[in-house]
Amino acid sequence: MDRTDIGLLGLAASGILVGVALAISIWRRLGLERSLLWACLRALVQLLLVGSALRLIVDEDDPLVWSFVWLVVMIAFAGYTTWRRARDVPAVLPLSLLAYAASAAVTLGVLFGFHVYELEGRTIVPLAGMVVGNSLSATVLVSRRLFAAAGDHRNEIEGRLALGLSAAEAFRPDLRESLRTALVPQIESTKAVGIVFLPGAMVGLILAGVDPADAVRVQVSVMYLVLGSVATTTAVMSLGIARQLFTGAQQLRRFPGSGDGPG
Amino acid sequence: MRGVTGPALFELREVVAGPADAPILRGLTVDIPCRGITALAGPSGAGKSTLLRLLNRLDDPVSGVIMWDGRPIAEWDPRALRRRVAMVFQRPPLFDGTVFDNLRVACPDLVSPGAEAILARVGLSPTLLDRTATDLSGGEAQRMSIARALLTEPSVLLADEPTASLDGASRITIEQLARSIADDGVPVVWVSHDTEQLRRIADHVLVLIDGDVAAFGTLSELDRHPDPLVRDLVGTR
Repeated sequence: MDRTDIGLLGLAASGILVGVALAISIWRRLGLERSLLWACLRALVQLLLVGSALRLIVDEDDPLVWSFVWLVVMIAFAGYTTWRRARDVPAVLPLSLLAYAASAAVTLGVLFGFHVYELEGRTIVPLAGMVVGNSLSATVLVSRRLFAAAGDHRNEIEGRLALGLSAAEAFRPDLRESLRTALVPQIESTKAVGIVFLPGAMVGLILAGVDPADAVRVQVSVMYLVLGSVATTTAVMSLGIARQLFTGAQQLRRFPGSGDGPG
Repeated sequence: MRGVTGPALFELREVVAGPADAPILRGLTVDIPCRGITALAGPSGAGKSTLLRLLNRLDDPVSGVIMWDGRPIAEWDPRALRRRVAMVFQRPPLFDGTVFDNLRVACPDLVSPGAEAILARVGLSPTLLDRTATDLSGGEAQRMSIARALLTEPSVLLADEPTASLDGASRITIEQLARSIADDGVPVVWVSHDTEQLRRIADHVLVLIDGDVAAFGTLSELDRHPDPLVRDLVGTR
């Protein structure tokens, strides 16, 4: 058997581990059997579908345009998910689409521009997936935090405005805090990598038979990619939201759901 | 301190403000004079705080015109306007850091002697400069916020129930401070619920009821007002 091919039998055998999880759920009466089974099945079907679709576009003979179409679909889906999880936030859909697109342009621009990876279907789609997928939760977090801060800290923000500060200056402490909250977990996990856990991409490559030294180089570039994309997405998102929160006359708008009523 | 040139401080004409479907101010027309302390009185929800926020342009009216110093306030750069029309709040906003850091939000170039002088102006000890702002007592915090507002060298000071959450002694200290600021030529517009306080501080009283002007005048004029509700709101005995 090829090292990279675990075969259907292998896949079925790895399912034993799902059985272990199921057994624990039944034994401790966690009531999670249904959702466990559903999650595992869904993951299997989704990945099989993605795998077949990827197969269609990673072939060297296929035009790159399909990879970019895939990228656009990913960004659209991420924008939709962000909107669904933070729909109170003003203009969250256009802003998140812009943020993911900007992040993809910056990070992929660097990776392909400097020929870290060759520009081909095999690289565009997985790398873009890392950009969008890893930025998603940080983007939702930063959106919700900023919106909440505008309600919770209205007194302080208006206090600064009343002293003649601009909206950008008045909101700067909240912006900084929200961005820090979104970035710190990413920085922490970047620090812990290799000591506390071995990242998925590296594990996958080693299991697929790649030399660990090569796997490490790929992993490091992916990690930096994720860090850069989270930073870019959250920065674009937070600056965009900050603009939505204030009027042209440097007034903090009121929004239903931001936790403040009319004064 | 910079003065204003026009005869009236604020001229309001047909001002409607608040949510468009349920306005709080309903066509207010009044001149607020540019001397002494003008108190805004009236029952809860009458629109006192709403009016004050319009003067500092934290909110805009739905319709109508507000003139300040002879020009519609919408024509002023909001930042420049706010530095001349300073505002202090019921809950003084305390920013991160020390008292000195808080003062420097209003005046980034501030150095120690200037900071000590402005604290002395509001009756606070210069030793408080290094104190974390959130450790100040309620009265100290409000005086610090007034000091911070004065650093912008305003032409007028707006105060939105600045003593509502303070004890009796602190209340009197802030009132005396407002009087000395007004005597120094910076008129004060003060929102108050407290009729006793009104009688201690007000040179003029603007009584608002249901989002419109019910009465305007000195205390002795309003004590003779025909409407018993107005006399009640200004604490006529």
